[in-house]
Amino acid sequence: MHVYLPIAEVSVNAFLLLGLGGMVGVLSGMFGVGGGFLMTPLLFFIGIPPAVAVATEANQIVASSFSGVLAHLKRRTVDLKMGTVLLIGGLIGAALGVQLFNTLKAMGQVDLLVKLSYVVFLGIIGALMFVESLNAIRKTRGGRAVPKRRKHGLVHKLPMKMKFRTSGLYISVIPPVLVGVFVGILAAIMGVGGGFIMVPAMIYLLGMPTKVVVGTSLFQIIFVTGFTTLLHATTNYTVDIVLAVLLLVGGVIGAQFGTMIGAKLKAEQLRILLAIMVLAVCGKLALDLLLQPTELYSLGAAGGH
Amino acid sequence: MRLLALLFCLVALPVHAEEVVADLSQNHISITTDFHGSEILIFGAVKRETPIETDAPLQVLVTVEGPSEPLTVRRKDRRFGIWVNTDAARVDSAPSFYAIATSAPWKEVITEGEDLRYHISIPRAIRSLGALVTDREAFTEALIRIRKAEDLYQTNIGAVEFDEQTLFSTSVQLPANLHEGDYRARFFLTRDGKVLDVHETYIDVRKVGLERFLFNLSREQPLVYGIMSLAIAIAAGWLASAAFRLFRT
Repeated sequence: MHVYLPIAEVSVNAFLLLGLGGMVGVLSGMFGVGGGFLMTPLLFFIGIPPAVAVATEANQIVASSFSGVLAHLKRRTVDLKMGTVLLIGGLIGAALGVQLFNTLKAMGQVDLLVKLSYVVFLGIIGALMFVESLNAIRKTRGGRAVPKRRKHGLVHKLPMKMKFRTSGLYISVIPPVLVGVFVGILAAIMGVGGGFIMVPAMIYLLGMPTKVVVGTSLFQIIFVTGFTTLLHATTNYTVDIVLAVLLLVGGVIGAQFGTMIGAKLKAEQLRILLAIMVLAVCGKLALDLLLQPTELYSLGAAGGH
Repeated sequence: MRLLALLFCLVALPVHAEEVVADLSQNHISITTDFHGSEILIFGAVKRETPIETDAPLQVLVTVEGPSEPLTVRRKDRRFGIWVNTDAARVDSAPSFYAIATSAPWKEVITEGEDLRYHISIPRAIRSLGALVTDREAFTEALIRIRKAEDLYQTNIGAVEFDEQTLFSTSVQLPANLHEGDYRARFFLTRDGKVLDVHETYIDVRKVGLERFLFNLSREQPLVYGIMSLAIAIAAGWLASAAFRLFRT
């Protein structure tokens, strides 16, 4: 059954979209990640215009993170104060990101920007995760406990300190705001929530306790991606609601199965699988940039040159 | 008797000796949610007051043309080891859809001069005056190649069936990735490559129902559309998970 997407102006098989949503949903349920970083490149591969893919994915992330945030709020595992600081940075970043996106779109370089961002970030995160989970597997086999260190770095020396009671921190607001800005830019350019950057940054850079990290990042993500959706909808007209709903319904159901599968696997195994997947997507996109494309020419809307 | 015939000829000469009349199987195409392309049947006849006088056969040429828009064609080149868009050429106006069907090989149907005058062939239907690059041809060719691959540009030589120099019929396949607008259908009647008569009609291609509502809202009230998209997506996500939970218990 084909559906004509009103904004993307292409006709796509509805079951393909439900299936894609479901597949990415299974993976996101298994690994506890948003899945935006997988979905957006997959949408490119099936022929959705990149600008529509990025904007629509932002819309979908809001919806798929919504129930997660509610659950975390109920369990009181959201640091609202830290979340708000990250959010302020995120909103600034999203506005900058959409601006950058539109400028490069007029220059015809938006594809390059999106793909390069994916290659760089997926490459770094995938490689780090791969090495770290390999070490973790080796250590658990050796039976030694991982030594825990508490960092006293830059975050404690900078001015404008603030107390974050839920996280038990007394640190400067500058690093969290910068983290927020950075994630906001990525959300606007790559059509991702940015959890894959924010979660490690919160643990290693800000030193937040692990139990509030996921809830707080989800809290920031729904508002930043919501804001990004509105910015894309009002400046680019690229949010396709029909596409978003189809992906979402598949995604939500897939995520439930994914959680069940994930519960049966070990954490280190899960992480190494996720790392391999991230590196595979990164490799595919890198090849697209490195190998000579079969069609050197492409069509774009008028304006700029 | 001979005098009468001559007189008749003189009267008939200033008006078209042979006229083309044609119609389409549909004048409205609705893009609905399940739209996946459409076929238009085109049929017509040659109206003539006098019997055919010459041996040279009549030919029919049909074009169907979507609304034109300006475009930018970009070319990739290798920079720092990766493939990057480098050169660009602006095309002032290119039809979003263009199909040609003829009753005979191109050279027998129309001359270069007539093609230039009526903008019939695909390269002639594209206008690119202010291109920024030297090899403009390559960019126009690429535009045609890309659109042909998507079935948006079609050249169907010999696809018009022409019976007894009078009745003709053909069909044009409209692909699923169609843009809305007024599509112009033109019918050319030619002999020895010269255009004898032209007939024009329009096909109205419109999004309808939900498609129309969503598209219009997204352009006219983008903020409302954005907020609505978020609300619908959140509700759909919540409903899907609630339904799944109900299904499992």
